[in-house]
Amino acid sequence: MKGYFDISAKRLKYMGDKMEKILGYIKKEFSSPVLLICFCLMISVFLSISTESFYSLKNVVNILEANSYRMILAVGMMCIITSGAIDLSVGSILSFSAICTAISLKAELPIALCILLGLLSGTVMGVINGVLVYATRINPLIITLATSYMYRGLSLMVTEGIPVTKLPESFREIGCGDIFGMESGVTAAFVIIIAMIPVFFFMKWGSYIASLGGNPEALKRCGVKTWKYRISVFALMGFLASVSGIIVSARLNSAEANAGLNMEMDAICAVIMGGTALHGGKGSLFGTVIAVFLMGLIRNGLTIMSVSSYYQQFITGAMLLCAVVIAELRERRARIG
Amino acid sequence: MSDKILLSAENISKSFNHIKALQKVTIKAFEGKITAVIGDNGSGKSTFIKILSGSLEPDEGIIKIGTNSYHRLSVAQAINAGIRTVYQDLSLDNFKNSVENIFLGDEITRCGFLDRKAMRVEAAALLEEIKVRIPDLSEPVRNLSGGQRQGLAIARALRRPAKLLLLDEPTAAMGIQESAKTMEMLGMLKRKGIAQLIVSHNMEQVFDIADHIYVMRSGEVLVDTAVSDTSPEELRELILRREDERIF
Repeated sequence: MKGYFDISAKRLKYMGDKMEKILGYIKKEFSSPVLLICFCLMISVFLSISTESFYSLKNVVNILEANSYRMILAVGMMCIITSGAIDLSVGSILSFSAICTAISLKAELPIALCILLGLLSGTVMGVINGVLVYATRINPLIITLATSYMYRGLSLMVTEGIPVTKLPESFREIGCGDIFGMESGVTAAFVIIIAMIPVFFFMKWGSYIASLGGNPEALKRCGVKTWKYRISVFALMGFLASVSGIIVSARLNSAEANAGLNMEMDAICAVIMGGTALHGGKGSLFGTVIAVFLMGLIRNGLTIMSVSSYYQQFITGAMLLCAVVIAELRERRARIG
Repeated sequence: MSDKILLSAENISKSFNHIKALQKVTIKAFEGKITAVIGDNGSGKSTFIKILSGSLEPDEGIIKIGTNSYHRLSVAQAINAGIRTVYQDLSLDNFKNSVENIFLGDEITRCGFLDRKAMRVEAAALLEEIKVRIPDLSEPVRNLSGGQRQGLAIARALRRPAKLLLLDEPTAAMGIQESAKTMEMLGMLKRKGIAQLIVSHNMEQVFDIADHIYVMRSGEVLVDTAVSDTSPEELRELILRREDERIF
């Protein structure tokens, strides 16, 4: 009997240790996503009780559809911030690539080619950002602020400020098309997130991107050609911004120079809230995705509760401020630890 | 010295704008031996190490490794030539764990994916071999002690066969105990036949393990001698005499 209890005690201790390890891992790696999920649940419960129209599958689908392009942008921005940089030109790239696609469509080129041109224009703009950041060694904030004005200016020059509208029906179907009862933008976001998991977590690219933010000099001294990764992360951001641009223009049936204004701020807000290190070195893909959903949830709730859009902007700003302060405190505590 | 020369850096000069960091410096490293380069802060030691590791381009001079000669070494060329560097700042990514840092830039992959299991096994064996104790290899390296971090940087340098290990101030910012452990580790590597070129400002420390010493001051080599032919007191006296000659 004594022996039996001995084994049980040993097993209990083993299980306790294992559990402690698992909880420690979750706390270390997933503290932000878990916290955000709790927030989502709390807000959902509150909105379900206080409003009639929130608690429905249709509304959840609506939130996903309205935020699919934000999700795509945030995934790209998460990679950028993890690499220790920032990109303020994503809204402008989104707008320009949408215009490129729309103008090509107006010229009656095949849809596939038009989309390809849109994607190419966004990727090229991303590459330009990356090359400028790497070659000049100037703070990416300044470089991309400048290029954001340039790209926006290009959009205005091309369209003369007039929206490109009345796009072909077949193109609109891309934005409003129905896959599993949801717009194709949601599917695109889902595919991009799934594709990013192996690239970001299990491949050299993701590891080097994080090291670019953690200690770029160390990476260089290990013989890694850092320029390749610096440029590629901006190229990816440009590509994803153009995907978002195409989704937005297909959804709205128009492309205009002022599309995507301040979208970079939404993306940055989601990334920081999601738990990505403010100065790079560590990224949180799942946290980012949940943060975008949380922001969408709040926006949706405020709309249902008929709160003015001015307040919504203020709340987004306040959330960004809180997220940045919390992230900075968390990083300081980690540094001291 | 009749030992076989492993690396010879000849007449290396380097300036940063109007500041001459190195002036016609000639230093040799020998197979299986420890060569020490000592000097005060600003004597050009770290600049010299950076040139040998490929991080900096010299203005003049030539670096000979075996039968190959280089006017400018790239980091990749230095690594391919068997030169491994442990920098003063250790060049570790604080967000990554010990295994990821050991394999940084040279990860084991399978079908394009990181083979974390294989890397963990190899890292544990390597750390065991050089007697570096890190209880939890999954812990981010920012939580490790100075000695553990130094050991990790040396482990990374030794992961692939190394002909010459360059160490820039290996005990700087370390306590007495950790410094002693690090010097012990370098002695052990020497017994394994790994040639080392150690840059330090601590004369007593390197005297215990070095075979050959170069003393640098203001970007120039002042003294070039075998350890067996001199003593710390003699070197100190020589340095002070040269300094007096320079001043007066």
